[in-house]
Amino acid sequence: MMKFTELLKDHTVYLDGGMGTLLQEAGLAAGELPERWNLTHAAAVQEIHRAYFDAGSHVVSTNTFGANSLKFSDAELEEIIARAVENVRAAARDSVGTQQKFVALDIGPTGRMLKPLGDLDFEDAVAVFAKTVRLGVKYGVDLILIETMSDSYETKAALLAAKEQSELPVLVSCAYGADGKLMTGATPAAMVAMLEGMGADAIGVNCSLGPRALRPVVEAYLRLASVPVLLKPNAGLPRVIDGKTAYDVSPADFADEVTEMLAMGVRLAGGCCGTTPRYIEALVKRSRDIKPQPITRKDITVVSSYTHAVTFGSAPVLIGERINPTGKKRFKEALRAGDMDYILKEGITQEEQGVHILDVNVGLPELDEPRMLTDAVCALQAVTALPLQIDTSDPVAMEQALRRYNGKAMINSVSGKKESMAAVFPLAKKYGGLVVALTLDEQGIPATAEARVEIARRILAEAKKYGIDKKDLIFDPLALTVSADPVAALETLRAVELIRRELGCHTSLGVSNVSFGLPLREVITASFFTLALGRGLSAAIMNPYAREMMQAYFAYRALSALDENCADYIAFAQSQPQLTATTTPSEPSGTTVSAASELQQAVIKGRLERAAALTKELLKTEDPLAIVGQEIIPALDRVGEGFEKKTVYLPQLLMSAEAAKAAFEQIKARLASGGAAQKCAFVLATVKGDIHDIGKNIVKLLLENYGFAVTDLGRDVAPEAVVEAVVRLHAPMAGLSALMTTTVPAMEETVRQLRAHAPWCKILVGGAVLTPEYANAIGADHYARDAMEAVRYAEEIDRALGA
Amino acid sequence: MESVYVKAYAAPPVDQREIWRYAGARNATAEQEALLQACLAELGEQAVFRVCYREFPLALEGDAVDLGFTKVTSPALARCLAGCGSAVVFAATVGTAIDRLITRYSAVSPARALLFDAIGTERVEALCDTFCRELATEKGSLGLCTRPRFSPGYGDLALSLQREIFGVLDCPRKIGLSLGQDLIMSPSKSVTAIVGIGNNL
Repeated sequence: MMKFTELLKDHTVYLDGGMGTLLQEAGLAAGELPERWNLTHAAAVQEIHRAYFDAGSHVVSTNTFGANSLKFSDAELEEIIARAVENVRAAARDSVGTQQKFVALDIGPTGRMLKPLGDLDFEDAVAVFAKTVRLGVKYGVDLILIETMSDSYETKAALLAAKEQSELPVLVSCAYGADGKLMTGATPAAMVAMLEGMGADAIGVNCSLGPRALRPVVEAYLRLASVPVLLKPNAGLPRVIDGKTAYDVSPADFADEVTEMLAMGVRLAGGCCGTTPRYIEALVKRSRDIKPQPITRKDITVVSSYTHAVTFGSAPVLIGERINPTGKKRFKEALRAGDMDYILKEGITQEEQGVHILDVNVGLPELDEPRMLTDAVCALQAVTALPLQIDTSDPVAMEQALRRYNGKAMINSVSGKKESMAAVFPLAKKYGGLVVALTLDEQGIPATAEARVEIARRILAEAKKYGIDKKDLIFDPLALTVSADPVAALETLRAVELIRRELGCHTSLGVSNVSFGLPLREVITASFFTLALGRGLSAAIMNPYAREMMQAYFAYRALSALDENCADYIAFAQSQPQLTATTTPSEPSGTTVSAASELQQAVIKGRLERAAALTKELLKTEDPLAIVGQEIIPALDRVGEGFEKKTVYLPQLLMSAEAAKAAFEQIKARLASGGAAQKCAFVLATVKGDIHDIGKNIVKLLLENYGFAVTDLGRDVAPEAVVEAVVRLHAPMAGLSALMTTTVPAMEETVRQLRAHAPWCKILVGGAVLTPEYANAIGADHYARDAMEAVRYAEEIDRALGA
Repeated sequence: MESVYVKAYAAPPVDQREIWRYAGARNATAEQEALLQACLAELGEQAVFRVCYREFPLALEGDAVDLGFTKVTSPALARCLAGCGSAVVFAATVGTAIDRLITRYSAVSPARALLFDAIGTERVEALCDTFCRELATEKGSLGLCTRPRFSPGYGDLALSLQREIFGVLDCPRKIGLSLGQDLIMSPSKSVTAIVGIGNNL
């Protein structure tokens, strides 16, 4: 018998059509799980399968769309999958069709949303899919069809499980809305990049809409994909016709519309909701004479996030370099303190500056890098849609971060060293990724461009052995310091050009090195960047806060016909402060005294930038701690009192707190580390099972403003984790929040464990469902109605401790 | 009606007073106004407005309500549905974008996070209002009237009814709405509810 992959090579493959609608017609009740029908109504299920084989389907999928361990016990799941496979096999035997016949294990979404949007952990999702896949393999399916996926992260989990648990061909199909995106925002380009990178055998589109409405998405797949494209549309949309529900595309129209797309290049076709064996029969007949289009390589160098793809080619790609502790004292401090918000802020600020990709490097010798990098990647992809460049020399950290990354990452980096290639290429092959390849080897960095190109060739050859195509490598020919070697920049520029011209590969440079040791570094760096772009550089790892770099970038685009009507350049220019302006506040600054009351006003009004600028100004003449004690805290107190008296409302309280925080950042930057007098440690968490953390974050912000050393454990935190942090820090106070009645038991359990392991700790609780009486009943020390009350209580405890 | 229907709407008009109410403010300073405008501009067109629904025959017996797919005992719901022969069960969501923005700003600006949270609540309530108004018009043309919507978790109606509602509405597939283990919906700015349909008395 022909293998499925052989059939796919030069035939149009027909899949089956809808299942749910037909089961409902056969009597499946609302809310009843269709997968159980494999056991209870095997004949009815087989009959539907057989009708599809009779209609001409090569592949019929098992009735296992929702067969997973979240819905069924292990024993029942095994029985369902065993029987589901047998039902398709029996149908194949009974069918009169003479075509090749294959059984696909059908896998749909779990129905649960993955973290951070929902509560299902990524690895738990992988484990759920893995169970289903193992059973499918055990009972002998020929291939796997992952379909109707509406979230890129869950799709990754399913494909990863399929790849890890089987050698079978895997088809992956997603459900796109009328906006041409997945429910969680991914474009076709993002999905193609990720799924191809991970090695799906065919990818495509099903469900949601009729064939015609899906056409733009199908076209995007055909334009971008180097693997066969699959299409299983609905029979249009359900409409009520004469009091009965019917889909609005007829079998004949469906056949016409899908056949058009086969002619465009689609290679696997079937139907989804509302389609029946009649639709497939019509399609098979109608498209009989369509010649399968060859599958062509697209050679697109691309990375992706959960929403979009970034392609390397004509326009320069900016990779923000700021998430990196090298040479940054404040960043190192934040890393050691586990202050993720600091890292997130760097990410968001760089995004606002206009970078396209964020480099993520959190390596410090004394830290657990695999854990830190994975946490940083997960936290960043929850707050920014930019693709990430995972930057580490630790292969374990690299693998864990790549695994959790929601998209196709940029991998920084591999080199021409044998050991490096042996560590990095298997990861790139398994998880997908665009690998930054440094042109250095065991002998170091060659002086000449030609020798660097030679290393690049060797890297390309070695990558090929792992099945990594040259489009998935981007070379960094290494910018060296021009003040140390006058021809350093020239050789690098020549290497950029040679790699682009002779190898046809893209290049990326960490441009900042070039200016090391020179005054006005940014002038040199930006000029070098422009020269490199002129030689064909595709991307740069750079500092987006350096105005010269952004000027060079926008100017290059305007001069290279990459910026229509110079619109971006003009917008950039208008967003820049006037060159004559200084860092002093925009309003005329009077005496220090008036600047001080101005600072109070800025904090009270919640004017963030102004509060920061005024603080910076005041720091020239005033003692930092005096500014805190005499200006910022009194302003906060005034707002806090207003809030307690209900003359000030929550939004203003928060805006003031943020302005105060901006002022504090200036003060912190001035004070030597550890110089600020801090109040005691405070551990804060939203309890297990609860994901509502807005209230908790408000408490955190205010506590920080009032000088507490807050350790924020986040949301959905297990009791053990709270205890661990309180014991480790010997924190005198812990704050727990819960919004829902269902999570109050988790709060009670956390209190119980804290009492057992950290009897010294005062426990403050709050949240919508709590009352003072309830707080008392679960054994907490204090209930805080709002954030200000939490601050007052914490100050009281802190004073008592100090006394 | 056998099937679950899906409706997608354009963005309903924004009611800023409602947003301030959800944010816990009775009035807004100029700075707050500016911040809200910035938040609304950042949200732009990212929210979606999707509803899936299905109509079920209804049977009431005292406080027991037979919704056609499950039975619940709830005096409050029974009162709300009194006199109705059927009920439309619906789920509505404004999508993941607002959740993303709330998470993003929780890290760097709690004030913005608070406003996006309030915007999300206002948006999904506005979506429910739009859907229910449309339903009332549709049923009105058949000589029927609709009751106010009633959600699991209101009054004495158990939140666990969410499981059964998700079972019959196929929310993940229809509108991208899923239910977590702890009965929390994701996207969080979503609503499920029951609307009684009765004779126009």
